[in-house]
Amino acid sequence: MLNSADNPTVADLRERIQRLQGTAVRKGEVLSFGLTPIDDRLPGGGLAFGALHEVAGGGADAVHGAAAALFVAGIVARTKGDILWCLARPDLFAPALAQAGLHQDRVIYVEADREEDVLTNFEEGLRFGGLGAVVAELVRLPMTASRRLQLAAEASGTIGIALRRWRRPTEAADFGQPTAATTRWRISVLPSEPLPVPGIGRARWLAELIRARAGEAAEFEIGACDATGRISLSPHARDGQDQARRARNFG
Amino acid sequence: MVVARSGSKRTVAALDAAAFKAGARIGMPAAKVQAMISGLHLVDADPSGDASAIERLALWMLRQYTPVVAMDSPAGIVMDTEGADHLRGGELLMLTGLVNALTGRGLQARGAIADTWGAAHAIARTTRREAIIVPVGETARASINLPISSLRLPPDIISGLTVLGFHTVGELSATPRSPLTLRFGPEVGRRLDQMFGRVAEPIDPMRTADVIEVVRSFSEPIGAAETIAKYIGQLVVELCAALETRGQGVRRADLIIYRVDNTLQSLRAGTAKPVRDIPHLTKLLCSSIEKIDPGFGIEKLSLAATMIEPFEEKQSISSLVEETVVDVTPLLDSFGNRGQRMYRLAPVESDVPERNVGRVSPVSAKMDQAWPTRWPRPSRILKHPERIEVIALTPDHPPASMTWRGKRRRITRGDGPERVFGEWWVRSSEMEAVRDYYSVEDEDGNRFWVYRSGDGVDPATGTAKWFLHGIYG
Repeated sequence: MLNSADNPTVADLRERIQRLQGTAVRKGEVLSFGLTPIDDRLPGGGLAFGALHEVAGGGADAVHGAAAALFVAGIVARTKGDILWCLARPDLFAPALAQAGLHQDRVIYVEADREEDVLTNFEEGLRFGGLGAVVAELVRLPMTASRRLQLAAEASGTIGIALRRWRRPTEAADFGQPTAATTRWRISVLPSEPLPVPGIGRARWLAELIRARAGEAAEFEIGACDATGRISLSPHARDGQDQARRARNFG
Repeated sequence: MVVARSGSKRTVAALDAAAFKAGARIGMPAAKVQAMISGLHLVDADPSGDASAIERLALWMLRQYTPVVAMDSPAGIVMDTEGADHLRGGELLMLTGLVNALTGRGLQARGAIADTWGAAHAIARTTRREAIIVPVGETARASINLPISSLRLPPDIISGLTVLGFHTVGELSATPRSPLTLRFGPEVGRRLDQMFGRVAEPIDPMRTADVIEVVRSFSEPIGAAETIAKYIGQLVVELCAALETRGQGVRRADLIIYRVDNTLQSLRAGTAKPVRDIPHLTKLLCSSIEKIDPGFGIEKLSLAATMIEPFEEKQSISSLVEETVVDVTPLLDSFGNRGQRMYRLAPVESDVPERNVGRVSPVSAKMDQAWPTRWPRPSRILKHPERIEVIALTPDHPPASMTWRGKRRRITRGDGPERVFGEWWVRSSEMEAVRDYYSVEDEDGNRFWVYRSGDGVDPATGTAKWFLHGIYG
C-alpha cells in the first residue's frame, strides 16, 4: 500500500475518487489560521472552503455567543468578498466586529422574523456562490438541514459557518447531537492575559475542536482576534485532552 | 367651500370643517349657503384638475404598493392588495402607513380593506376611522348597517329608495329582488351582489403610456405550473427586448394573471438595482409561482415593468489578472421578495453606543468610514441595558462585584471609566446626562460592559444606578 502512493496513476485515481465523494480537500482550498499547531490538526491544513463549519459558545456564552461571534468574525475577515450574516436576533455590535478586522462595508445582514427563515436564507446564500462567506446564527440545526447546507456549500465553494446559540444554557446540550458539519468548534472565555498594571489584557479563549471530519479532536488556548482577524497561541499553550478543564467549561 | 356648476344650478361640492360646523352640507344650493353664512369663501370646482391629481396619486400607489390600482371615482382609488401586503408588514401596517403618508402630504384620507370592492368603497366613505380592516368572510356582517347612499347607485335611485323607506344596505338586501328590479332596473341588484361578493368585479388596472407591458393571450386556458413558467419565460424575453431598445432596466415587474372566470391575480417582483437579465428576472417571477391559483384556467398573462430606471451597460472583465467582483444584488432581490430585511451597518456620528450604529441599504455606496474609538467594544449589545447591583468605590473605580440576572460575580479586573456625555441636541433631557462605561472581567473570564448613570458625584448628571450594556467575546 505504501509504495502505491509513489505511483502517479494510483495517486491521481485516488484523488479523483475522493473528489467524487466530495471529501477531498485540495491544496489552496483551505483557510489556514496561520498557526502550525492548529492547522496541523485540520485536514488540508485549515478550514475547508466549500464546507459547513459549526461554532458554539461554551458555558454562559452558549446563550450570547459573544466570543463565538468574534471567533467567526476573525475567520470570515480573512476571506475575500462580501459576507452574508443571517440572524433573527439583531444584537451584534458592529464596532466590535470591525475591531476584529471585519470591515462593516463587507457585511450584509439578513434579518428574519422566524428561525426557520434563517435556515432558508443561509442555504440560499450558500447556493449563490460568489460570497466570501455565509454566517448564520442558528438555534436548531437538524441533521437533514445540516446535510443540505453542507451540499450547498460544496456545490458553490463558499465557506458556511453556523453560529449556534441557544435561548437557555440548559439547551446547549443540543450541541451533542451529530450534524454533517465538517468541523465543530466550541469557544469558551478564559481569564485575559495578565498585565503588569491593573486593567484587562488581550482576551483569551479556549477553542475546542470537538469534531473534524478526517481529523482528530483537540483543544487550544488562544488569544482573541487582533485587528486583522488573526488569533494567536497563548505562550503556555497546550493541546491534547485535558479532561479537567473540559469538565469545568461544560458547567 | 367648493362650488360645482351644472347648467345654471350651483351646488356645494366640497367644504371644510368650519363650513360644516356652520351648517353647510354637500349638495345644498350655493345661494342658500351664502345666505346662511356670511364671509364665505367660494371656489369653483375643477373636476378635471381633481381627477388628474387623483390619477397622479394612483400612479404613485401603483409604484409603491400593488400592481393592480384603479381610479374609483369620485375621489377614490381602489387597489387589489392581495399578495402585496406582506412586503409592507401586513395589512394593518400597510393601510395605516398609506393613510399616514397621505396625511403627511396634507391630504385627508380614509382607507378600508375588505373582501370586495363594493364593501371597501362603502366602508371607507361612511366610517369616521382612518383605517379599517374587515376580516376575510366578515363583509356581510360589516356592511348591513351601511347607508344605501354608499352603494354606488345614481342619485335618483337613492332618493327613490329613501322615499320607499330604505335606509341601510341590510334592509335593502332582505327585500325580495324582483319588485326592486321592476321599479329601479337591474342596477340595485348588481351593486348589492358586488358588495357581498356574489358577482365578481375585476379591477381594471391603470397603466400609463410609458409603462412597458407585454401580453400573451391563450386560445386554450392554461393551468399547469410548468406551462405558466414557460410563458413567464417568454414574456420576460419580450420585456427585456423592449427595455433594451429604450436603454432601461426594470426595478419592479408586475405579472397580472387573468383567469377565465373574470378574476385577476397579480405577482410583483422588485429588484434592488435596474435589471435586464433574463434568467434572473424569470427566476424572481417563477419563485412565487406556487402562489398562483389558476382556478378554471388562465386565459391571459400580462407582464409590465411598472418601475424602470436607466440601465448602465458595464464592460465585463477584459483583463485576465483582474479579479472578478461578484454582484450580489440577485441574491438580495430574492431575499427582498421573500420579505426579509437586509441592511449593512454603518457608523453614525454619535458617542452614545446605541446611536453609534445605523442601518443603511445593502446596495448603498460604501463609505469606508470607521468607528473612531480605540476602546474595545463588546460583540453583543443588549437592546435595553439591564439593571445590575454592584459594589464599587466612588467616584471612578470599576465595580468590585456585580449581580446580574440573579448571579453574583466577583470582579477581578476592570478598565475605565470611559465617559459618554448626553446629546442635548437630540433630547433636551440629556442636557447634563453622563454615563461612565467600564469593562470588567469576573473570576471565570467573562467580560462585561457596564455603565453607571451619572458621574458619581453630581446627582444632576444621573441616578448613579448601574447597568449592564454589552457582553465581550
